[in-house]
Amino acid sequence: MNRLPPSNKQINEDLLRPILDTTWRFYAAVLILGSILAAAILTFAYQVYQGIGVTGKNWPVMWNLYITNFVFWIGISHAGTLISAILRLTKATWRRPITRCAEAITVFALLIGSMFPIVHLGRPWLFYWLVPYPSERMIWPNFRSPLMWDFMAINTYLVGSLTYLYLPMVPDLATIRDRSQGLRRRIYAVLSLGWRGTATQWDRLERAIAIMAVIIVPVAISVHTIVSWDFAMTLNPMWKSTIFGPYFVVGAIFSGIAALILAMAVLRRVLRLEAYLEPLHFDNLGKLLLTMSCLWFYFTFAEYLTVWYNNEPHELVVFWSKVSGRYAPLFWSMIAGCFVVPMIFLGIRRLRTIPGVALASLTIVIGMWLERFLIIVPTLANPRLPFVRGGYTPRWVEVTITIGTFAYFGLLYVFFTKLFPIISMWELKEGYHARSHTVTGTLPVADLPASGRLET
Amino acid sequence: MSQWAMVIDLDRCTGCEACVVACRAENNVPTRGEEECARDRHQSWIRVERYLEGEFPDVKARFMPVLCQHCDNAPCEPVCPVYATYHNPEGLNIQVYNRCVGTRYCANNCPYTVRSFNFFAPHWDEPLSYQLNPDVSIRPGGVMEKCTFCVQRVQKAQGIAKDEKRSIRDGEVQPACAQACPAEAIVFGDRSDPESRVSRLSRSNRAFKLLEDLGTQPRVVYLKNSSWDDTSLSAPKGK
Repeated sequence: MNRLPPSNKQINEDLLRPILDTTWRFYAAVLILGSILAAAILTFAYQVYQGIGVTGKNWPVMWNLYITNFVFWIGISHAGTLISAILRLTKATWRRPITRCAEAITVFALLIGSMFPIVHLGRPWLFYWLVPYPSERMIWPNFRSPLMWDFMAINTYLVGSLTYLYLPMVPDLATIRDRSQGLRRRIYAVLSLGWRGTATQWDRLERAIAIMAVIIVPVAISVHTIVSWDFAMTLNPMWKSTIFGPYFVVGAIFSGIAALILAMAVLRRVLRLEAYLEPLHFDNLGKLLLTMSCLWFYFTFAEYLTVWYNNEPHELVVFWSKVSGRYAPLFWSMIAGCFVVPMIFLGIRRLRTIPGVALASLTIVIGMWLERFLIIVPTLANPRLPFVRGGYTPRWVEVTITIGTFAYFGLLYVFFTKLFPIISMWELKEGYHARSHTVTGTLPVADLPASGRLET
Repeated sequence: MSQWAMVIDLDRCTGCEACVVACRAENNVPTRGEEECARDRHQSWIRVERYLEGEFPDVKARFMPVLCQHCDNAPCEPVCPVYATYHNPEGLNIQVYNRCVGTRYCANNCPYTVRSFNFFAPHWDEPLSYQLNPDVSIRPGGVMEKCTFCVQRVQKAQGIAKDEKRSIRDGEVQPACAQACPAEAIVFGDRSDPESRVSRLSRSNRAFKLLEDLGTQPRVVYLKNSSWDDTSLSAPKGK
């Protein structure tokens, strides 16, 4: 089946519709997600007022759900920027409809993830003491602490990924500006930074995007490596691992792609983007996800096998608590969600359909959340001195806040799709009509209309 | 400058927990009540670990008081992002309550799990509030705390010694746990003085340090006739 590529007019109409028309579905989504978020905010206020003790934290499990969420969301944030940057750098043509969706995930997941270390503090109102601001008492934060490295790395990544999201959006913002009146026009006029589409502007934009794409890759990798070092720098059994850096990065990209696929599957249905987010994209991302699943399994296997073979008593206590003890149901669910299900639904070509890929992505996201939980809690529950071993049961406070962040993520996405086109319109047009493009630089031949237009 | 250290003779310890009570009274360690303790939120700066050896009916209990080891190479110190925990020149591992923001990273990285966290603001049931020690500050909620080797007593003794223009005599400073121990299992003193009791006892061939192979260089020395193998012991039921 060979369809003609949509015209520029068609693209504008399809992609600007969610912005220019507001349906009841938008209000319903805002209302539902907003109420869940409000519940989470109230719960946090309650926690601040009463003390961190209203959560299920205990001695010795000092870190649990909040840090799980922190690592999980920072992991999700690797979807975007990394995937989009790598696809841009390799000039993969099929990236065009998915880059912005991915970049937006990065920014939102980072905003949510970076919130958790503060939510988790015993005295959250003092979080700014981690900022190296000039103080009359000459007190500085401790740069030897991995938490400080985190703080720096995440802020760098947030600034970088915001820039990386914003830059490719400028031409589209100008398109919206040209199609709206009144206040909306004035707002988008400011946001589009006086974009007129001249050859010089295009040239500068493409150069800036290329530079950012190169810069953002090492930043993204450093962020999750440093997050892993929060654990790997300690002395704790099954935390002090040399492979935690790459293991976490792989897990982050893995869960990030899964989250991206889920977001795309939802957007496709809700915003009627079937013509743009095609089975090809899900198929390609599905293959990428399959690769990451194998890589993740390899790392997990290497990590657990070496611990088991070393036979070090303190490590083995943690090992067995995960594999056959108290946390075994979670552990084996994680293996099923991150490896077995993806192998079936992504490995078998007949099952690698949009629902199949989305299902595998869902189990991966859940499995990767469990992975973070299983890295954090069993180690802390089994310290070296057997007398102080403990356990952890979540309480409603952290559960509410956890659910609230998923609603928050959804809400941010709803607002984003309301304000900005979720698919990069100019990049799409560039792909479909490469020959007539006004870019001063030459486009590679491979960038011609999405070759083969899939289902053929 | 004194280098404070402690020796705990496990062959003398009877597991009576007088040290635990004394420490709580001296250092204003809050009581948390039944419900919170059931949630593993109890606070104490010293605990007596009880391990059972052998099978019923041939069971022996072993006791080991564990408190902050004031490691020379303390893993809790570098991980604090705000310098709330640091090493003072006399070898004490100091917790600055006012600076603590409550990341609890130090507690995670303590291999002895001796750090105690204020999950809530402290509270004392009447009439316990009347026995608070005015020499020790009360820690707010959300803050980490731990054994200080009764630094307030050390400072008091140093002040007296300075007034009398002499150095501190061996045995002049006693932390609450050592003072309360009926078996005199706990000895505190200056290890830079080779003739102090702490130094002499540390040279005993019964001496060992807890989890010494981690390289934390603890300042607490344990004495025990046979070596302490924590991996062969089972924790009491319910743990």
